[in-house]
Amino acid sequence: MISGRTLGQGASLEAKTSPEFFKAVSFCALSEEDYDALGISGEGNVLVRNEFGEIVVSAKKDEGLPPGVIFIPMGPWANAVVGRKTGGCGTPQFKGEKVEVEGTKMPVMEIRELFADMKKQGGGRS
Amino acid sequence: MIIEDVLCPFCGCLCDDIKVEVEEGKVVGVKRACRLGSSKIRGHERIRAPMVRRDGELFETTYDEAYDRAARILKGAKRPLLYGWCSTVCETAKKGILLAEEVGGVIDSTATVCHGPSIIGIEEKGLSGSTLGQVKNRADLIIFWGANPAEAHPRHTMRYSSNSTGMFTPEGRRGRKVIVVDVRKTRTAKNADKFILIRPGTDYEVISALRMIVKGKGDLIPETVAGVNKADLEEAAGMMKAAKFGSILFGLGMTHSRGRYKNVDNALSLVADLNGFTKFVVMAMRGHYNVAGFGQVCAWETGYPMAVDLSRGAPYFNPGETAACDLLGRREADAMMVVAADPASNFPRETVEAMAEIPVIQVDPFPNPTTFLADVVIPTAVCGIEAEGTAYRMDGLSLRMKKVIDSGLPTDEEVVENILDRVRRLADDN
Ligand code: SF4
Repeated sequence: MISGRTLGQGASLEAKTSPEFFKAVSFCALSEEDYDALGISGEGNVLVRNEFGEIVVSAKKDEGLPPGVIFIPMGPWANAVVGRKTGGCGTPQFKGEKVEVEGTKMPVMEIRELFADMKKQGGGRS
Repeated sequence: MIIEDVLCPFCGCLCDDIKVEVEEGKVVGVKRACRLGSSKIRGHERIRAPMVRRDGELFETTYDEAYDRAARILKGAKRPLLYGWCSTVCETAKKGILLAEEVGGVIDSTATVCHGPSIIGIEEKGLSGSTLGQVKNRADLIIFWGANPAEAHPRHTMRYSSNSTGMFTPEGRRGRKVIVVDVRKTRTAKNADKFILIRPGTDYEVISALRMIVKGKGDLIPETVAGVNKADLEEAAGMMKAAKFGSILFGLGMTHSRGRYKNVDNALSLVADLNGFTKFVVMAMRGHYNVAGFGQVCAWETGYPMAVDLSRGAPYFNPGETAACDLLGRREADAMMVVAADPASNFPRETVEAMAEIPVIQVDPFPNPTTFLADVVIPTAVCGIEAEGTAYRMDGLSLRMKKVIDSGLPTDEEVVENILDRVRRLADDN
């Protein structure tokens, strides 16, 4: 799995609560071979997972991708499957984490849902 | 009224030729900027008022109360982390470092999730650098390695690199050769004379193979390296040696994949090798418009460019230990201040979960997922549009950003200064 910048992601980067941002970064691009092999159905969503977490994103074909490599734009969806380790240099491995991909009927979470349960009552003490 | 030569406060290209049309204190038109820049300059959803979290919900409040809460959080913390600083001007960074020193915290910038490894690589090896002007006016070979300016720096190719025309490059794109090395065929790759597709995480091997070919040891190389045919590498190496002025422009493809700073280190060595044959330079394609500026300010104030621990009486720098993701990942930071950045979106999910457990102060013009996790939210003016200040372009050129409209909001710098002031007064009270 590779994450990176795109035009759409950049243009809505500072408007992350907008529907444009949601559309621009909550997808996963796959090579045609992989897309067809997964037999993606329904709304065309896929479940991407590894030891760090899992996330549902919508799927689309990208002829520029070789088989075996998927691309998710930089952002909270991609980061669900990036590990926290920094290899001693402060930077997580945002590109090249190994993931499993399968078709799913589950919906893609909205940005607010992604963060909904995170801030427990604990926060806010000062 | 049309204001000329406005700087674009978005990406590291820091385009300085933007025309902004202002009517009645509002931006009504933007010319010359790319989609990324104009979408920011035109403006979009903003944080309306300062907010503090009570019983799990954010409530609007006054600036005074927000400053006060922020100061108390920082003052009360044992290991505060002050993070961000790249979508704001150098003046803010300067105050941020003072604040970090005052509270005995760690200051780190978005570079550590971006080109931080490049900086470490450069520290190890040294850099044969140049300005973008030199690339534009002289480079006859441009290599984009793990960089996709077509999407991340849209005007880069036209203004500074492959497709620009300069003094000694009057033919523009026709007079230059372009090589793209990437793990997928990007939009940038479609503009290349030669595209080399490598497997993710194999940059180091491919650079090593190129170095061997350049140095005349090509016969030791196997027929394929990381899925790339030797013939393709030989052709690329030939193009590099034949260039009069070659330039490698590398992106996050190099720093975000396996090898990280070692990839950069090796690429810098390749450039050093090539300088034995011809003129070659190398540059990191920095993302945020002033990520380079924070590095400069931090380096001249503390001696280090990022991830600086100021809790020991003398600055201490050890990325892998003192970078934001490390401090959070180890659950060491017990409070966090985020200025002009969005770690909740850009950090790995596990790291963000650690952020959600501690008090977070956000200083930013725009709401973003970090707002969902913040306990104190302080809205500010947008630098380069509503506030002036200094920023550094990706090649290290410092430029003055303009104020084109008045927002009435405090600047990032003023907010940090106010919090610093209160922290100092709290110290006096004790
Ligand atoms: S290329 Fe970068 S600096 Fe230039 S207009 Fe676009 S976003 Fe702004």
